[in-house]
Amino acid sequence: MALLEAKNLTKRFGGLVANQDVSISIEKGSITAVIGPNGAGKTTFFNMITGFYEPDEGEILLDGKSIKGLRPDQIASRGITRTFQNIRLFKEMTALENVMVGVHSRLSAGLLGILFNTKRVRVEEEKARVEAYQLLEYVGIEHIANEAAGSLPYGLQRRLEIARAMATNPQIILLDEPAAGMNPRETVEMTDFIRKLKRELDLTIILIEHDMKLVMGLSEYIHVLDYGRKIAEGTPEQIRNNPNVIEAYLGKSASEVS
Amino acid sequence: MANLAWKTFKGIPLALTLVWIAVFAAALHFMDKSVIAFLGILSSIVLVYYTNTSKTIKLVIGAAVLLVIIPLVAGENRYYMEVASQVGIYVAMALGLNIVVGFAGLLDLGYVAFFAAGAYAYAIFSTSQANEFIAGNLFPLSGEWFWPFLIVGLIVAAIFGILLGLPVLRVKGDYLAIVTLGFGEIIRIIFNNLDKPINITNGPQGITPIPSPELFGIKMGTPFFFYFIVLFVIAFIVLANIRFEHSRLGRAWIAVREDELAAQSMGISLLNAKLAAFATGASFAGVVGVIFAAKQTFIDPTSFTLMESIGILVMVILGGSGSIPGVVLGAAFVTILQVQLLKEFSNFLHSLQQSGIINLPNQLDPSKFQRLVFGIMLILVALYRPNGLIPAKRKKSDLDAIKESEFSKQKLGILGKLSQLASGKQS
Repeated sequence: MALLEAKNLTKRFGGLVANQDVSISIEKGSITAVIGPNGAGKTTFFNMITGFYEPDEGEILLDGKSIKGLRPDQIASRGITRTFQNIRLFKEMTALENVMVGVHSRLSAGLLGILFNTKRVRVEEEKARVEAYQLLEYVGIEHIANEAAGSLPYGLQRRLEIARAMATNPQIILLDEPAAGMNPRETVEMTDFIRKLKRELDLTIILIEHDMKLVMGLSEYIHVLDYGRKIAEGTPEQIRNNPNVIEAYLGKSASEVS
Repeated sequence: MANLAWKTFKGIPLALTLVWIAVFAAALHFMDKSVIAFLGILSSIVLVYYTNTSKTIKLVIGAAVLLVIIPLVAGENRYYMEVASQVGIYVAMALGLNIVVGFAGLLDLGYVAFFAAGAYAYAIFSTSQANEFIAGNLFPLSGEWFWPFLIVGLIVAAIFGILLGLPVLRVKGDYLAIVTLGFGEIIRIIFNNLDKPINITNGPQGITPIPSPELFGIKMGTPFFFYFIVLFVIAFIVLANIRFEHSRLGRAWIAVREDELAAQSMGISLLNAKLAAFATGASFAGVVGVIFAAKQTFIDPTSFTLMESIGILVMVILGGSGSIPGVVLGAAFVTILQVQLLKEFSNFLHSLQQSGIINLPNQLDPSKFQRLVFGIMLILVALYRPNGLIPAKRKKSDLDAIKESEFSKQKLGILGKLSQLASGKQS
């Protein structure tokens, strides 16, 4: 059974149909890409999976159980996490604290516990701090643990955002354009890193990306959206040769020429 | 240049701070009612904060100034103790609002409503007012009840905070500001009109005489005692602020302030985080409200106007939103400006006028310029110190302590899978 299943998702914004009848199923431990031209509805799809938009129609199943209609924080604590297209870090906080925020839902300290600084709260805090530091080490940026997140260079912010997402202890991680704005060398590093996430941590990865080299090299399966509809799915090889996809990206005449 | 000087600035030498304290303490002792000496001794707290020495020593000196030196040299002077406890009341309130505005980023313009809730909770039950709607002639309560009522005020205000927060926190940003402003006014107007059909608040006539606190039969009605009560409450609120700031909850608040979407996808429930901030901030205002009622011995709805809410907000923003020392400084600065500097300056001009040196029209009386001065100060701060007098700074984590922690021996959280998967592959 698929780990995550989106069935016939439709989302309308007034007259605009951002997603129509999109069905995508994701196997555990796979790397799946969702691609499509600008405005195809990829981010809308992500937003529905993570609970920021509620689908008008359709169903979302995680491990066979519906997660449709849950709040984003509830979905996060069920093991689906994400990064954002335009990095959304907590800029004033240090890098380490950003990652510690990710541990939030696995901590239990309440108002009174914090006020009286009980032993349990202290132990929990120390553990969260260590865990956050280990995650920074894992993504290779532990040297900036105490820097304010907003002051970091772009590439490090991307890594930090992934470390923060990992801190929620997810099964599935959704990456929205992880290599956007990166130079070719950084893109290769990011590709290797995403592979490592899958290999070492058994994470299921869904990504949106425009960099075709990255998509084709990394993903095991690809879904293509255009104008809110799914127009194709398949392995990178199948997608590369799919006439519908070529048409969506290059236009009709171009496909006739080639 | 100025920037460079600021960066190389290590702190004020300890000796200078001590000399400062000694000089102004002596000055206050020998010159009766010298405003400058009094301000000098109060500002020594700021000096202590910037002194180049260890935290413990700073804490000891600060405590000595507040607990020993000020009561010793100014304790007999009702006026100074009155000003000091008034400063303290506003410092405590500003620290409460700092949690809502500074940490959680929720612009609350009706904060004074919670202060009113605490004040009325004590006022109604400590006077014969409560007999109006509770049978049995059980009231008034004695001043001994002041102490448990500190907790009651806290709880009442926290409940108010949650009840108000539930509908209000669905909106954000400017809308939240307007809705809280409205609710703040509604609460005041309700208190103003709750004298019929059942007389609960005695309406615009207000409630009096509210008993002063008593402890073991000693009446503590003078500013001298209130000074210590307020100091005690501030110590508690500062401690709470510090603990919250670097806790699971504090991080959630700041995350919500910085980016609601990202905070949610980290598993933070927006409503819970915001309600916790609202209730915590409100509960502190409630405690201060009880003290305020006991200190004034009379309260009526005019003490809880929008202007009060705005005044407290100004203190937070001026001092540095989210910065605990900043908010303390901002509150002290604004209160002293209000109750002392402007008033003293007015008196000074009046004395000049009486001796015929200048001719001052009544409209130009400086104490009438409170709002103008607020406005100018805010503009200056916005221009030159946009993050407040002492900007908020996140505490750096001790990385060595992390590496040495016993938890570092194993991989935690998702990284725990590393060893599992590795051993799985081996077998």
